[in-house]
Amino acid sequence: MKDLPDEELFTAGHTACPGCGCPIMVRAAMKIFGPNTVCYFPANCLLVFGATYPQDAFKVPYLHVLFENSAVCASGIKRGLKKLGKGDVNVVAFAGDGGTADIGIQALSGAAERNEDIIYICYDNEAYMNTGIQRSGSTPHGAWTTTTPVGKKIAGKELYKKDVPRIMIAHDVPYVATASIGHPADMLRKLEKARDLKGFRYLQIFAPCPTGWRFDTAKTVQLAKMAVDCGLWTLYEAEDGKVTINKKPKMTPVKDYVKLQGRFRHMTDEQIDSLQEWANKKWERDSAMVIE
Amino acid sequence: MVEKRVVTGNYAAAYGALLSRVDLIAAYPITPQTFVVEHASEFVNNGMLDAEFMRVESEHSAMSACVSATAAGARTFTATASQGLALMHEVLFIAGSAHLPIVMPVINRTVAGPIGIWAEHNDTMPQRDTGWLQCYIESNQEVLDMIIQAYKICEDKRVLLPMMVNLDAFILSHTVEPVEFPDIEDVDKFLPKYKPEHARLWPEDPMIIGSFSPPEYIQEIRYQTDESMNNSRKVIEEVNSDFAKAFRRDYYGMIEEYQTDDADAILITLGTVTSTARPIVDEYRDAGKKVGLVKLRFFRPYPTELIRKIAEKTKAIGVYDRAVSFGSGGPSWIDARSALYGYNIPVINFLAGLGGRDVMASDVRLMFDRTLEAAKEGKAKKDVVWIGTRGVEP
Ligand SMILES: Cc1ncc(C[n+]2csc(CCOP(=O)(O)OP(=O)(O)O)c2C)c(N)n1
Ligand SMILES: [Mg+2]
Repeated sequence: MKDLPDEELFTAGHTACPGCGCPIMVRAAMKIFGPNTVCYFPANCLLVFGATYPQDAFKVPYLHVLFENSAVCASGIKRGLKKLGKGDVNVVAFAGDGGTADIGIQALSGAAERNEDIIYICYDNEAYMNTGIQRSGSTPHGAWTTTTPVGKKIAGKELYKKDVPRIMIAHDVPYVATASIGHPADMLRKLEKARDLKGFRYLQIFAPCPTGWRFDTAKTVQLAKMAVDCGLWTLYEAEDGKVTINKKPKMTPVKDYVKLQGRFRHMTDEQIDSLQEWANKKWERDSAMVIE
Repeated sequence: MVEKRVVTGNYAAAYGALLSRVDLIAAYPITPQTFVVEHASEFVNNGMLDAEFMRVESEHSAMSACVSATAAGARTFTATASQGLALMHEVLFIAGSAHLPIVMPVINRTVAGPIGIWAEHNDTMPQRDTGWLQCYIESNQEVLDMIIQAYKICEDKRVLLPMMVNLDAFILSHTVEPVEFPDIEDVDKFLPKYKPEHARLWPEDPMIIGSFSPPEYIQEIRYQTDESMNNSRKVIEEVNSDFAKAFRRDYYGMIEEYQTDDADAILITLGTVTSTARPIVDEYRDAGKKVGLVKLRFFRPYPTELIRKIAEKTKAIGVYDRAVSFGSGGPSWIDARSALYGYNIPVINFLAGLGGRDVMASDVRLMFDRTLEAAKEGKAKKDVVWIGTRGVEP
């Protein structure tokens, strides 16, 4: 494994739930980005567990403004610093999937179009967790959430996961990557690459949530790996639009992944088949992005 | 060299930003503000102003960019109107609570519905409690001068709050008037570079802004914003005098009085209606009717003490509003009544010009007549008077 600096810029003492996937990523990311960094946190779990006054877990400056404007706030910080002769500072937004796929997509698209010189990280825990596990555009098909309950008529989320990374690739930005906390070497390499590039950089990092997904807190990393194996989450990167698949999925049955999580417990074979079919199609679509 | 040119209010606003050497502009177009953004774009693209320009995708983002860049330590500028300001609403509070001295001209325009583009104050007045100072403007010269003054007031350590500089749609924004442009070197002397100490995002000296805060901390933050708003009254007067000394134009601070000393009835106006009312004061004085005028320049902070002093020297007060708080009268009148609690004189509200309807000299005469009548009777016939409304008796 890579050598990372000992210094912790995201320190112990944060209040994330046991088994949360997000702080694994944030801790690594802060080691990669280093002290010459300013962070932006929108409203999400990370803000609450890592940036609550006065127990903040960050040793770098950060700003919180609102929920849906992460991309433009990070851009504003960067442009302001640039004008003050501090253009070498890394400015990084850490947004959730809800703050990215839904309410924040307008500001995200605008900043990407302008090719703002920022790093935007979406940690994907597949729901609005901070507000109590409501569905987001990133919640997978079939999943129970508090707004897609298992009812007599409808059980779980009817719709499918929104593919934000492909939307970002369509913006022609310098770097788009998907990663997972279950594949740390790949994730670290992508964080490093993002740090060293200029312009708009988008990373979506899969980060399981035991509280919202209802699984054993010891299985966070295992589930993150299984999601990649079964094709529900593909690891790839797009440099100036050129896509490379970093790990070919084994296409293990989606069923094995689903049955470890309470959020999918109610799913009928038919529903699981639908999700399997979606995974198959996703791999077809993702692999088709690679131009030989 | 001081230069005199005939320009629109929107040009004056954009040029005010140039003279203030703003570091960053973030904006989104909306009628009747568009020319502010267009002129500012030209200044930057022509190399007349060295600023970052963010052509963002919404007003929500424009204000977010200004908030974030100011938090990073930059001097920022934006402009908007109406729906754009309504869309910014959520972000405005952050500037007030984080003490970010952003300056924003707002071209006062009707807020839908129904959709309209003409002058009304129902865009800015509902932003009353967001922690922004609000100044209402009467002429294009005042637009230019107030953008410069606004940075000086807002960046003062006793204040550190944002300000809206409000000008009536079309009546100022699109109308040309002669405006004197001060020398940029003189403006530099009056308004030095912004040196942030309380809010900046510099890795060499880490600072956190806007953390998730439990009840143990937020009440003090509210108190500090309130304190800053209170402090700004004195700073507004000081900056006005300094400006008058440096540039020989005096706006008299929070309010401007005209013929108030021995007046039986005084009308309080704001914005461009003031220019309609001033000659009518002369007309009434010539006819032996003792009326006076107060131009309310600042709505936030409200000049509470000054309005009390006005009440002490007159018998009745009329308050003109170009917005209404439905069921409760005009916002400016509500504040006047609150300031004058315990003062035993009639305070009448006149609503006219809503949706951008012209406010005619005859409308203003009606305001003076009613206020004079109340002065004589010792009470008002009606608290809230709708003027020029079809089917409604004033
Ligand atoms: C304008 C606005 N609407 C709603 C909210 C409430 N809210 C705060 S966090 C959140 C969910 C965040 O979800 P996500 O971005 O996925 O992050 P997570 O909580 O999962 O970490 C919501 C809905 C808000 N803060 N602001
Ligand atoms: Mg989430």
